[in-house]
Amino acid sequence: MGADEIAARVERLELPFDARGLDNFGISKWHLRIAFRALEFLYRSYFGVRCDGLANVPPRGRAMLVGNHSGGVALDAAMVIASCFFDLEPPRLAQGMAEKFINRIPIASVWASRTGQLTGLPEHAQRLLEDDRLLLVFPEGARGTAKLWKDRWSLVDFGTGFMRLALRTKSPVVPFAFIGGGDAIPTVSNLYQVGKLLGVPYLPVTPWLLPLPRPVKLEVHYGAPLRFEGTGSEEDDVIQRHVEQVKASIAALIEKGRAARRGHLKEASAAQ
Amino acid sequence: MRVVIPGIAGLLARKVATRLLAGGHEVIGIDPRGWPGAPKQIELHQVDIRKRPAEEVFRKRRPQAVIHMATMAALLADTEERYRINLGGTRAVFEHCSNYGVEQMIFVGRHTYYGAGPDAPLYHTEAEPPQELGAYPELADLVAADLYAANALWRLPKLATAVLRVCYTLGPSGHGTLASFLRGRMVPMVMGFDPLFHFLHEDDAAEAIALALEKKLRGIYNVAGPQPLPLSVIAREAHRRPLPLPEPLLAMLLGRAGLPRLTRGALAHIKYPIVVDASSFRAATGFAYKFDELTTAQTFADAFPASGRATTLA
Repeated sequence: MGADEIAARVERLELPFDARGLDNFGISKWHLRIAFRALEFLYRSYFGVRCDGLANVPPRGRAMLVGNHSGGVALDAAMVIASCFFDLEPPRLAQGMAEKFINRIPIASVWASRTGQLTGLPEHAQRLLEDDRLLLVFPEGARGTAKLWKDRWSLVDFGTGFMRLALRTKSPVVPFAFIGGGDAIPTVSNLYQVGKLLGVPYLPVTPWLLPLPRPVKLEVHYGAPLRFEGTGSEEDDVIQRHVEQVKASIAALIEKGRAARRGHLKEASAAQ
Repeated sequence: MRVVIPGIAGLLARKVATRLLAGGHEVIGIDPRGWPGAPKQIELHQVDIRKRPAEEVFRKRRPQAVIHMATMAALLADTEERYRINLGGTRAVFEHCSNYGVEQMIFVGRHTYYGAGPDAPLYHTEAEPPQELGAYPELADLVAADLYAANALWRLPKLATAVLRVCYTLGPSGHGTLASFLRGRMVPMVMGFDPLFHFLHEDDAAEAIALALEKKLRGIYNVAGPQPLPLSVIAREAHRRPLPLPEPLLAMLLGRAGLPRLTRGALAHIKYPIVVDASSFRAATGFAYKFDELTTAQTFADAFPASGRATTLA
């Protein structure tokens, strides 16, 4: 896809851009065009991401994409955002909740906000959903990206805030599984003290030291939307049951993805 | 309606006064700075709001409403003087309102009340407390004045109090914090940061304040106009050149080489956005801005071609 086609897809995003290509959250068409040109290389060429069940993502209106973290850095978020932009019709901008430290880092602060990846605050999440946007949530939080290679298929505890938000804003939850991030960036250890010095939560260490991803195949499996009834002010145990349902859906998608991945890898090795 | 405007010499206050006159109101101004060339219909008292002659205005003229605009935002005075004006003056105005049967009070505050910081949300609602005050102590007196005005809502139940947190204003008068910051040819920015700035045309701001009076608003309201813009875009729309500098270098150069004078705390205001949700105000008053963000920046640029020196940000 050339720069013109990416620009055309940016134009088709159903966001309230003004004449200068800026929306009310500061998202900029110019920044999106640049960012998606870089993402396209990673999505199509470097990782060759395979996407399944994308029809489960509503073409418009509010929805929460809720999935697992996989890989020591935000590769998962980037590829999910890319899949919604490149493979959905019409394209949609998935808006993640960026880690708070990003807003403190020069340049990263600007690019995160201009591409719609606002700081992870409940106020932002609620406002985006009320504005009928597509919200991207990783309920495992930073503990999820810190998973080591040996734990790459597991899910750590989910936060519950996303479920209260889904109920309060009456948003469908679209579960997804991101497969392969742990193989692309196989974290063998996390350096928390070094991370603190660099102003990030931790620094993942791979067998080749730096968290630079290998060009392995990545997959995103989207599941059927889950709808929950309620107000968001239910007792914790009610919320926890809903959260467990979402977690189970994601775990099932991960298993499905693992099985499919084994099949794809066999096919690939047979073809060689 | 007979309306007293403390701080009437300020350029925004003059616009409010003119708008109220046009709306058929009787306007009385109190300001030691005076207003040369003021419309003849406006009764001016060149006195300090905290002094006895100002109280006499209330006692003799018995206004129905007050629009309090006698607060200082810019770092033009030392801390003690700012506290005297912003807190002492606000307290005096509320006491006069209470003692002389004023029915309605509009406190014109600022959206910078919320503070700017990396963890602050976009679109602050009126329910949020001020943040990052410790990092920017020069704002404390304005925040205290805002909170003091807000507590009149329960302390003085007979007085219909409206606290307006108005975003930056911009326009041909060149008045206001943002206009002062944009006055120079180059607009300093912290390299790697480009926050959204929320602003509205000064005529729209005057209209909003007048509407708050005419709609007999009671409560706390954010006031904003068109959608916010990144600082770099505002600078370019105002025909200025954004000048991104590494934060330590910018901190050293502030107030020198034609750059505005900023305190360390104010740097956060050019790193992180202060954007407000003004939907409650729009719903309560029907306010709709007349000038979009582009026209607003253009009117400022036309009145102030990029050649002067910037002054302050607060």
